[in-house]
Order: sequence, then structure tokens, then C-alpha cells
Amino acid sequence: MRAPRDPATAIAVALVLAIAALMGVLDLATLPASPWHVPTFAIGLAGKYLCYAMLALAVDLVWGFAGILSLGHAAFFALGGYAMGMYLTREIGARGVYANPRLPDFMVFIGWKHLPWYWHGFSHLGFAVVMAMAVPGLLAALFGFFAFRSRVSGVYLSIITQALTYALMLAFFRNEMGFGGNNGMTDFKDIAGFPIGARTTTVGLMLASAAVLSLQLLLARRVVASRYGKVLVAVRDAESRTRFLAYRPESYKLVAFTLSAVMAGIAGALYVPQVGIINPSEFSPANSIEAVIWVAAGGRGTLSGAILGAILVNLAKTWLTSALPEVWLFALGALFVFVTLFLPRGIIGTLARLRRPAPATPATPDSPAEAHEVA
Amino acid sequence: MNAIADATEPLLYLDGVSVSFDGFRALDELSLLLMPGEMRAVIGPNGAGKTTMMDVITGRTRPDTGKVVFGAATDLTRLDEPAIAALGIGRKFQKPSVFEQHSVFDNLLLSLAGIRSPRRALFARETPAERARVGELLETIHLTAARGRRAGDLSHGQKQWLEIGMLLAQEPRLLLVDEPVAGMTDTETAETAALLRTINQTRSVVVVEHDMAFVRALGVRVTVLHEGAVLSEGSIDHVSADPRVIDVYLGR
Repeated sequence: MRAPRDPATAIAVALVLAIAALMGVLDLATLPASPWHVPTFAIGLAGKYLCYAMLALAVDLVWGFAGILSLGHAAFFALGGYAMGMYLTREIGARGVYANPRLPDFMVFIGWKHLPWYWHGFSHLGFAVVMAMAVPGLLAALFGFFAFRSRVSGVYLSIITQALTYALMLAFFRNEMGFGGNNGMTDFKDIAGFPIGARTTTVGLMLASAAVLSLQLLLARRVVASRYGKVLVAVRDAESRTRFLAYRPESYKLVAFTLSAVMAGIAGALYVPQVGIINPSEFSPANSIEAVIWVAAGGRGTLSGAILGAILVNLAKTWLTSALPEVWLFALGALFVFVTLFLPRGIIGTLARLRRPAPATPATPDSPAEAHEVA
Repeated sequence: MNAIADATEPLLYLDGVSVSFDGFRALDELSLLLMPGEMRAVIGPNGAGKTTMMDVITGRTRPDTGKVVFGAATDLTRLDEPAIAALGIGRKFQKPSVFEQHSVFDNLLLSLAGIRSPRRALFARETPAERARVGELLETIHLTAARGRRAGDLSHGQKQWLEIGMLLAQEPRLLLVDEPVAGMTDTETAETAALLRTINQTRSVVVVEHDMAFVRALGVRVTVLHEGAVLSEGSIDHVSADPRVIDVYLGR
């Protein structure tokens, strides 16, 4: 038996790459007056959605396949974002308000004379990219090691992850942490020599996000289709059975949690140059909860559903927050209630079920993740 | 399988094991000896300590006092569940516990002795030897026709057999089986007795059971537990005739 081919993954990758490429071409190769023209702000928006989709994918890997409901995944996203923000801040160099060639503006403002040790190396893009993966990965590995070893699970684990992101938010708000306090970092000038905000840079970053998202989806699909992925689902559904079969469920969860945090870190690193700012509000608990709602709407345990959910919900958010701003949070809450009650498998999960005849005994509604069980 | 040939050393030895939960003595100086190749039935009223005994052997519960020795000199009280399972002790739960979202085939594949680390599992490829072994197991547990079905869609009795198959896939030296025929039809019960006897040709088995007809059908040595200690031991006819047993258990 080969790793099962999943049509949803193939379709998702093809759509992401095709739409991204088409949007890029229609932005660069047409004049603003043309009816075919895609304005650059739409490109930036698309790039942002693609990063959210990566975060959703990361959440689905742990929630859908390992049963770990993380309500703190935005923390890994934000840490990746900060790593990239530090590089972009160093790139500003002497072009800041205080024109200090050695220190970022916010450090000059609070009267610092030297660059703190943990800022060294961030003048190199490569170093920042490595850190955007390593820092979330290490934090997740450390957190997961203790949490899973102590057999913390279910709602308790969710609460601790929520506390983790909240604690990080409070920490990053402090000026003396050296990450710009509540203003965070912004006013970036360029990335790898390309001016930030230029049309070609915007298109380039969006296309890079589409490519990275596709790679992450393919990787995640390979992981869940492997024997490791099957054991992970077994751990999700019958943890003590796996333990009595001589598996160590905590190490399976730890690998998934760490990989997922790295994926979220990469998403954050691609997000920051496209939105032009990183500040502690990215750690806010609501962000992590929103990511869970994207996954639930698209279809938990389907991977491609997480991407679809992230993009659809954010399209709705962009539209609603400009058309009826006061309605958005109610709409998000209503969406979550609707999905939980009427669409427990999410969009992709429901479609997959319709395509296949239902089994003789219906699965329990609280055990989703049907898409992977291709026989 | 050396242990089976060398019948002088016990395979499993519980020595004065006591466990208390909030002042309740679940096991009270329990001692039990199981020889290699033996099949033993353990009976007793609710709360007699049958499941706690299984928990102690498999590492889920650590005893307050006492020793649990497996094979030559392995002290099980120092090990956790995966380590004990890896030594060759398989456990079947009372309520069938299988991987419902996976196919019958995958349930057995994941249970095969061998790959256990995440790193090796990530890159594992199914080998012809694995496929052949799963094929044999499917024959043993009468589920060859259901190999592609989702385990969650099996009948209750089939799930019980699948779980027994998963234990066998680990190639254990000792199987602990908790109420295997609860909720089974008479035909299924008879087939399960035959299945356990087949398994016992190569492995030691401990069966905890309420169903006296089933215990009689197994025709093996019986240990009666009561209030966390052994009340009586011997053939089914011997223990059924024991006045103390009649008093606490059969007489009710």
C-alpha cells in the first residue's frame, strides 16, 4: 500500500498556485485602467490570507490528527513574525527617525546604548529565517515535553496553551524586553535588498507565500499518510491502547506539536513583511481562537479544509469589518456555533462524506478526520 | 519462547502486592504464580481486585508494597506501560479498544512488534513480511474478509477479536484478557474459547471473566479473588465446591 493519494490535497495545491500566479500576472502585466487589473492591495491581502492558511494548517495538524486543541498557536506565529521583524528592523539601518546606524529607533528612544546580545545575527536574513523556525520549535518542544509527559490533555492543555500566548503577550508589551514594547516594530524599508511596499516585492512575497503554503500542505499530507501519522490518529482516538501496544504517545504528540509550531513560525515570518508591522497584539488569545474557528469551518482533520476555512473566513472578515464593523465578532461567534451544530465535519469533511457512501454504523460526531482514512 | 520450554521458572510472580485507593484496599497482600505456557482464569465478585491486578501487572497502577516479577528477574513495578508492553505482556481491555478510524488491516499493522519510535515510523514502508504476518493474524481471528473495513464499523464481537489479534501482533509471551466474552452471542463465546485455547498453545494467558460457563469451557486452573486476595485456587470443580467460594460469590 502506497501513501494514499488525496485528491483534495492535489486540488488545493493546484488552486493555490494557479490563483496566486494569475493574480500576480494580472497585477504586474495589466494597466490599472484595465478591467482585468488586480490592484496591489488585493495582492497584499491575498498574501496575508495565505499566511493565515499556513497557521490554520499547523493548527489542523495537531488538532485534527493528534487531538491536541491548541488555543495558543498564534504565539508560534507571532514568534516567527518577531524573528523576521528583527531582521527587517536591522535592515532599516541609519534610515530610522534617529538615524542611528547601530540601534533601532525604539532602543534609542528608551536610552539604550548597546544592541542586546539576542539581537546579534539578525542583520542576516538567513539567520532570521532559521530563528523564525527554531524559536517556535524549541518553545513547542519544551512546552510539549512537560505537558505531554505529565499527560495533560483535553481542555486543561487548551487552557495552558491559552495561558502561554497570554503570558508572551504581556512579556512582549514590556519595553525592557527589547522588542519595541507595545508599538512593536514597523516602518520597514526593504527585504533582501527589495524595497518593501514596491509592487514587485508585494507580488513576490505573495507568490512565495503560495509556494511555501503548498510545500507545507504536501509535507503535512505526507506526514499524516505515513505510519507515524496513522499512529498519531491512533493516539488521538485510543491513547491508552497505543501505550499498551508499547508506543509512547507523548513522543508522537511532541513531534507533531513541534513540527506544527515550526510551520506556524514560518507563516509568521512571511506575514510580517507583507503587513509591515509586528506588535504584541499578534499574541492575543483571540487570534489563536480565530485560527481554530477557521479549521473547524473548513474541516478539522482534512488539511486542505484548514486552508479553505482560513481563506473564506478571512474574506468574510475583510468584507464585514469594512461594511459592518460592529457585526464582525457576532458573525464569527455565530459561524462557530453554526459549524459546531450543523457542519461538525466542516466544508471539506462534509463534501468528502457526500462523495463516499456512509458506512453501516455512523461514526460518532466527536471523532472527525474522515479524509485520511482512505483504505 | 524459551520460557515455555523451561517450566521450572515461573513466568509471572506476584508477591504480597497491596494497593489502596483512598483507604480502600483494592489488593491485599495478593500473591499469584503463573507458569510458562499456562492459561489461568481469574474470577471473583465485583470489587474483588481483578482489574486492579491487571493494572499492577501492566504498569498502570504502582503497588504500595509487594513485588511483581516477570520472566527471570524483571521487576515490573519499576517500569511504565510501554516498557512492560515491549517486554511481551499484552493486555485486552474489558471494553473493546481498537483504532476505530483505521482499517482492520491497519489496526494489526500498527500493532506488529517492531517499529515504535516516531522517527522510524515516519519513514516506515510496509514490508512483504509484515503483510504476510497480518494475513496470518487475520486468519486466526476470523477477520480476513473484513480486512479493508473501518474497525469502527465492526460488530462488538469482531472488535473483541480484532483487539485480541492486535495483542497477538505484538508477539507477547503473556496475554492478559479482561472479560473477552462480555456482550457476545453464544456462538461467538464458543469461538472465543477456541481462539484462546489456540493462542495458549504458544503463549501464556490470564483471563478475567464473569461468565462461569465460559470459564468451564476453557477448562483451566481457576483463581478466585475476594477482597483483593486469593480465596481459592484449583480446577473449576474444586473451587465451585469450596464452601468459602460458595459463600462469597457463587452462593449469591
